[in-house]
Formats: sequence, C-alpha cells, structure tokens
Amino acid sequence: MSTTPTDVIDHLAGIRPGSSLDRLRDQRPQARENAQKSYLALFEPEVPGTVTPLERYALATFVAGLHRQPHVGDFYSAALERLGHPRLTEVVVSEIARGATEGPYGRYPAGPHSVEDKDGPSYRVSADSRESLGARLAAGLEHAHLLVFHPRDASPAALQGLLDAGWSTTDIVTLSQLVAFLSFQIRVVAGLRALAGASAVESTDTEYTQIFTGVLASGAV
Amino acid sequence: MTETTLSHPDNREPVAFTQDELGWLPWLEPFPADQLTERHWAGLVDASRAKSPYFLLLARDPDVLQARTKTDKDIFYNTANGLPRAERELAATATSRSNGCIFCASVHSRFATQYSKRGADIQRLLDEGVEADIDPRWNAIVEASVALTDTPIAFGGRQIEALRAAGLDDGEIIDVINGASFFNWANRLMLSLGEPTPPAVKQEGGDKTPATSSPASRR
Repeated sequence: MSTTPTDVIDHLAGIRPGSSLDRLRDQRPQARENAQKSYLALFEPEVPGTVTPLERYALATFVAGLHRQPHVGDFYSAALERLGHPRLTEVVVSEIARGATEGPYGRYPAGPHSVEDKDGPSYRVSADSRESLGARLAAGLEHAHLLVFHPRDASPAALQGLLDAGWSTTDIVTLSQLVAFLSFQIRVVAGLRALAGASAVESTDTEYTQIFTGVLASGAV
Repeated sequence: MTETTLSHPDNREPVAFTQDELGWLPWLEPFPADQLTERHWAGLVDASRAKSPYFLLLARDPDVLQARTKTDKDIFYNTANGLPRAERELAATATSRSNGCIFCASVHSRFATQYSKRGADIQRLLDEGVEADIDPRWNAIVEASVALTDTPIAFGGRQIEALRAAGLDDGEIIDVINGASFFNWANRLMLSLGEPTPPAVKQEGGDKTPATSSPASRR
C-alpha cells in the first residue's frame, strides 16, 4: 500500500512546495487543511462505519471517471486495484464508459423554470455488471451518477432505492458526502491545473517579451 | 433494522429561484438531537447547528461534516487578501443556479446582495439564469463558475483570461475556483437529501428586497 500524499489536491494538481500556487493556496490554510481532512475522513476514516473501503474506492473511481479527469481517475483506480480486486476495477471502468454524458441536466418543480428542463439519461448499471458488483454497490453507482450529472432530479424514491439495496441512513449520508466531496475536489484540481497552465503560458510570453525588448534595445533588429 | 425515507405531502415546494428565506425538510431521519456525543458536537462545529435538520442529518458522519464545515468557512469568510466576500457569494449563487439548487441559491443570493448592495443584479441572475448580462467583471465570475460546474469540467484558459481581463489576480481566481467548487459539494447534498419549503411568511406583492429584511428573518 503506498502512502497517502500529505496534500492530495496538490498531488493531483501537480503543485510543488514553494511554487507560486503553493503560496497562494496557503492564504486559505484552513480550507487547504480541511480539504485534506475531508479526504481522510472519507477514505481513511478513524471510525470505519459500514461503508467498506472497496465501496468507497469503487465509487470514487466511477465518479472521477465520469468527470474525465485522468489524473484523478488514475489515483482512485490505482487505490481500488491495490485492494486486490482487478476484476472489479474492470467492471467499474466499463460502467464509466456506459455512464458517460454531460451535465448538469434535470427537471425543475413544475413552474417558471420548467422551460429550462433538460433531458438526459437515467443511468442503470448493466445486468452483467450488476452481477459482479452486487445489488448494493450497483445501487451506489446509480445514485452517484444521479448526483454527478443531474442532482436536481434527486427524490425520496432514489433514497428509498438505496435503503432497499442495503444502504442504511448513515451509509447514505457517507455515500452522498463522498460523491459530493469528489465533485469539489475534482473541480479544485482541474481549476488549479488550468491556472498553472495559463500562468506557464503567460510567464513564457513575459520572458519572450523581455528578451525581445532586450534585443530591440540593443539595436540588433 | 428497517429504515425508510421521510415524506412531506403537505409541503408546497418553491418553484422559482428567490432571495426569500426558505426552509428545508430532510428525506432521511436526522441524527437524534438528544443522543449527540462529543464527536457529533465537534462535527457540528457551531452548537447552534444542532437545531438544523440538515446539519443533524449530516452529523451521522461527523468527521466529514466537521472537515467540510471548516473548509466552507475558510473559503467564504477568510477575506484576508483575495476576492471580496460579495463575489465569492456570487460564485456560489451562479453555481447553485446552474445546478438548479433553489435552496442554496436563496441563501447565497441573499449574502451576495447583502455584501454587494446590488440586489437587482443578483435577482436578474436568479430570474434570467447564468446567461444574464450584468457587467464584465461579474459576467466573468459567473461564466467561470458555470464552466467549473459543467461535467466534464469546461473551465480553462478562456475563463482565466476573462477573469484576468476583469482585474482578478491569481489569488482571487483561486477564490473563484474554491467558491464554485465548494458549491458543487453543497448543492449535491442539499438537492439530494431533502426539499426546500416556502418562506415562513408570504411577502406582500412581488417586491424582492434583500432578505435581511425578509419577514422570516424577523421571527
């Protein structure tokens, strides 16, 4: 088992100690520290509860895959594989492909915003995968898909489906936090990566401008 | 143990985005307030949250709740350097508008109005949606929040360029990223674990004054 990065967001976003983004992230030290604590509470909980590590990493692999962020997807699928279930990882990966779509979509309560209702798929795990995953984890993936792509379609019936598949009320809170937290973590990582990329382009431009200005000043052009 | 969902057949769920003060009813049984342990109180962070069915439900996994609450507070309340509070609330409102969380949008549009004193502009974001043309700086923050809210994520160089053109430095851009990302967390919990309820007291006419003066907050 490899050790957990001391800051998973930095690890996934490729932020190096002492870099400009490292210093900027430090301006929100509580947010930074507690994003990590959230990760630990969900993936290495002190009180393990009844949601298994296998379920947590299978859900995370699925959620990261649906977001199509390769760095994050690899991180969670590697953790899932380390739990010793290569076949399960394969099944989850095949379900990512089946669940791929674009969000947010969904319906509003009937009223002035109904004109904004946007149709999209109601994802169900395939029959074959359901057999491999079991009814409980299959129901978990289906709920994760709802939360990732069309949370405004959520309903008591969706929660009842989880209860019927063996998730307790407390398990559902953990499952919901896990998917919702990943929706946050993945966006922070994507945002910081984009910012690092944009800054790299800019500093290259600045350097070039300085060189070019230098050349102009030297009268060589 | 048989557990079931909670239903609220008499609730008339608000159907439109509003700055009014809404309530919220859980679809699952909150943790019993009289059985809270030290760990649960730590999870709630502020003792007053033990009165909220939303936080009592989340208190079923107290360690996550504690870390989530502290993340939230630093992203929104720590205004040492960086983006003004009003614009962090704008990012939260735009994210909630895009995901369709009427409850979250009501709370954070009120904050955005309170801190910016631009209630009419905020109301246009709620009424017209995230395409509302407000001004270049607010448009850039709204667009960046919406691009981050899309799945797959559509945020990239174009949004960063627009934020920089609107005068945001990298620290302020991180505040936008954090604020919009955090509401992708909050919206999913609020939308999927319960439903909003109408304001406690109906406002007269269609006046959308800032909710700091809404009847419900006076009770």
